[in-house]
Amino acid sequence: MISGKIFKYGDDVNTDVIFPGKYTYTVNDPEDMVKHAMEDLDEDFVKTVKEGDVIVGGKNFGCGSSREQAVTCLKYAGIGAVIAVSFARIYFRNCINQGLPVITLKPDEIARIHRNDAVSVDFKHGTVHVGDHLFSFPPLSPEVMQILQAGGLIDYTKAKIHHAN
Amino acid sequence: MGMTFVEKTLARYAQKDRVVPGEIVIVEPDLYMSHDNTAAIRKIFEKIGVEKLKYPERALVVLDHCAPAMTAAYAQNHKEVREFVAQQGIKSFYDINVGICHQVMAENGHIVPGRVVVGSDSHTPTSGAFGTLATGIGRTEVAALWATGSLWFRVPETLKVVVHGKLQDYVYPKDLILKIIGEIRADGALYRAVEFCGEAIEHMSISGRMTLCNMTIEMGAKCGYVSPDEKTWKWLEEHGVNRSLAVSNDHLFSDEDAVFERVLEIDASTLEPQVSCPHTVDNVKPVSAVVGTKIQQAFLGTCTNGRLDDIAIAAKILEGKKIHSAVRFLVIPASQSVYLEAMDLGFLKTIIQAGGVVMNSGCGPCMGAYGGIPANGEVCISTANRNFKGRMGNKESEVYLASPATVTAAAVAGEIVSSGTQA
Ligand code: SF4
Repeated sequence: MISGKIFKYGDDVNTDVIFPGKYTYTVNDPEDMVKHAMEDLDEDFVKTVKEGDVIVGGKNFGCGSSREQAVTCLKYAGIGAVIAVSFARIYFRNCINQGLPVITLKPDEIARIHRNDAVSVDFKHGTVHVGDHLFSFPPLSPEVMQILQAGGLIDYTKAKIHHAN
Repeated sequence: MGMTFVEKTLARYAQKDRVVPGEIVIVEPDLYMSHDNTAAIRKIFEKIGVEKLKYPERALVVLDHCAPAMTAAYAQNHKEVREFVAQQGIKSFYDINVGICHQVMAENGHIVPGRVVVGSDSHTPTSGAFGTLATGIGRTEVAALWATGSLWFRVPETLKVVVHGKLQDYVYPKDLILKIIGEIRADGALYRAVEFCGEAIEHMSISGRMTLCNMTIEMGAKCGYVSPDEKTWKWLEEHGVNRSLAVSNDHLFSDEDAVFERVLEIDASTLEPQVSCPHTVDNVKPVSAVVGTKIQQAFLGTCTNGRLDDIAIAAKILEGKKIHSAVRFLVIPASQSVYLEAMDLGFLKTIIQAGGVVMNSGCGPCMGAYGGIPANGEVCISTANRNFKGRMGNKESEVYLASPATVTAAAVAGEIVSSGTQA
C-alpha cells in the first residue's frame, strides 16, 4: 500500500527524458541519479517529488534504451508505482527487476487522473484510488509477484542461491 | 495447433511441450552480451554475493559505446571491465579495437540459428536476422544470469510481416523498416515478436535483414526474426559457425498453422524512400515531404547501417562529388573488419576525398557520448535508429533518420533531397 500525489505525462515517455543518456556512464550513485530524473521533460519533478508519489503515463511508457537508471532514478526519488496504458518491454522488465511496481489501466481511466491528484494504491487487492475514482488492475503473474515481493531480482536471486546452498 | 518460432524456442528451452503467449517461463540463454556497462553490472553482481560466473563461457563483453575512452571516467570504466573479464576468465572479450557489439557477435561466430541470445543493450534483436531468438535485457538481469544462468521470459505474441514484391533500386531495407514503424507506431509491436517473411525479405542481404531486426525495438518488440535460408548459412559459415551445431529446421520455422496475433502485408515494389523526423522514430514521412530541410551534419554508421553495403552506397554516390561545405559528413564502419574491407575496396578513400570524416569503429555520436555532437539549433541526418530529443547529446538539436543513400545525398546537397535522383 502506498499513497502520495500524481505526476502525469503523455504517451511514449522515453528513457532519454527520464534519465538522459549522457549521464549513463558517469553518474553511478542512485542518489545522484535522482538529481537528473525527468530532467528533459519536467524540471519541477525533482523539486516536488515525495515518497509514495505515483507517475502516470499513456501508451508505451519507458520506450527507448535499456538503461536501468531510468527506473533507478524514479525509485530512489520515492516513486511508489508507475501507472500507464502500456509499457515498453524492457522498461516493464526493469521495473519488476528493481521492485518498482508497474500497473496498467485503460486509456479512459488514465484520462480521469490529473497531475497532483491524491492517489493510493493497494497492491494486495489490485486497486488504485484517485480522488473519488476507484480503478482495479489485473494482477501480475505469480513469478513476477515473487520478484516484486523479494524487493527486486537481486534479492530474489540472493534468496534463490541461499536456498540452493 | 502449431507454434511460432519464438513459442517453439521458448518451449524447448523451458523443457515444455508447448507454451502460449503471456506465459512466463524460466530459460537458460546460450549467450549474454554486455558492453561498456559491464563494470556497472559487475557492481550489481557483487551485491548478489557470488564470486564466479556460473557459465563464464556464455558471457560476451564488447567495449564499443565510448571507444576509445574520451574522459578519465570512461577510461576508468574500461579499466574495470578489463580487470573483471580477466578475473572471471571471460574468453569472448572484444576490446575497443573490434567494433559495435551486435556486429561483432555475428562476425565472430557467436550467433547460431535457433539459440537464445540476450544482451544488456536494446538493439540485441539485431541478431534475429540469423534465425536466433535475440532480445535486450537490463543490467540487473545480466547480473542475475551471471550468477544463476537462468532468467524469466514472457512468451510474446507474434506479429508476422509479409513483404511482397521487390524493393526498387533506390529504396533500401532502412526505408522499409521506417515505413513499418511509421505505420504501426512506436508501440505497435509492444512486447511482441516480429517475424519478417516474403519475397522482399528472401531477396534481402544479411546486412539488410540486420537493419530490419535492429529496429524492431523501435516499435516496442521483444525480438525480430528472419528464418535462416541458404544465404544465412553461407554468411555464418564464412564467419566461423559450424552448421551441424544448429538445431534441425523444424525448430527454426513457425508452423504452417501457428497463430499470429496480427499479419501485416506490405507491397515493397511501391515503397518510396522514407525519413523519420524529430523527435520520435515513428514520426515517419516520405523523403519527398521534407525535401529542402537544411542539415549541418550527416552521420553514416551504427549497428543499424554501418556495414559494408551501406558504406558502398555512400561511396557510389560520392564518386566525383564533394560534401557540401556547410556539412560535416561522419562515417563510422560498424566493425574494424568492415573498416578494412571498405578500405580495401577504396570506399573510404572516395569518402575522404569527397570531404567526409572516417572515424574508428564503435558507437560514435549515436547516443551522444562523443565524436560528433550537434550544436544548438543544428540538424543532423543519420543512419542510426533513434532520434529522441537529446539522443545525440544535445536536446537543442534535431535528428532525422534515413537510409545511407538519403543521408549521403543530403551531405552532398546540404539539405534533404530525394536520393532516388542522386544515386
Ligand atoms: S550504435 Fe547506437 S544503437 Fe547501436 S549499440 Fe551503439 S549506441 Fe546502441
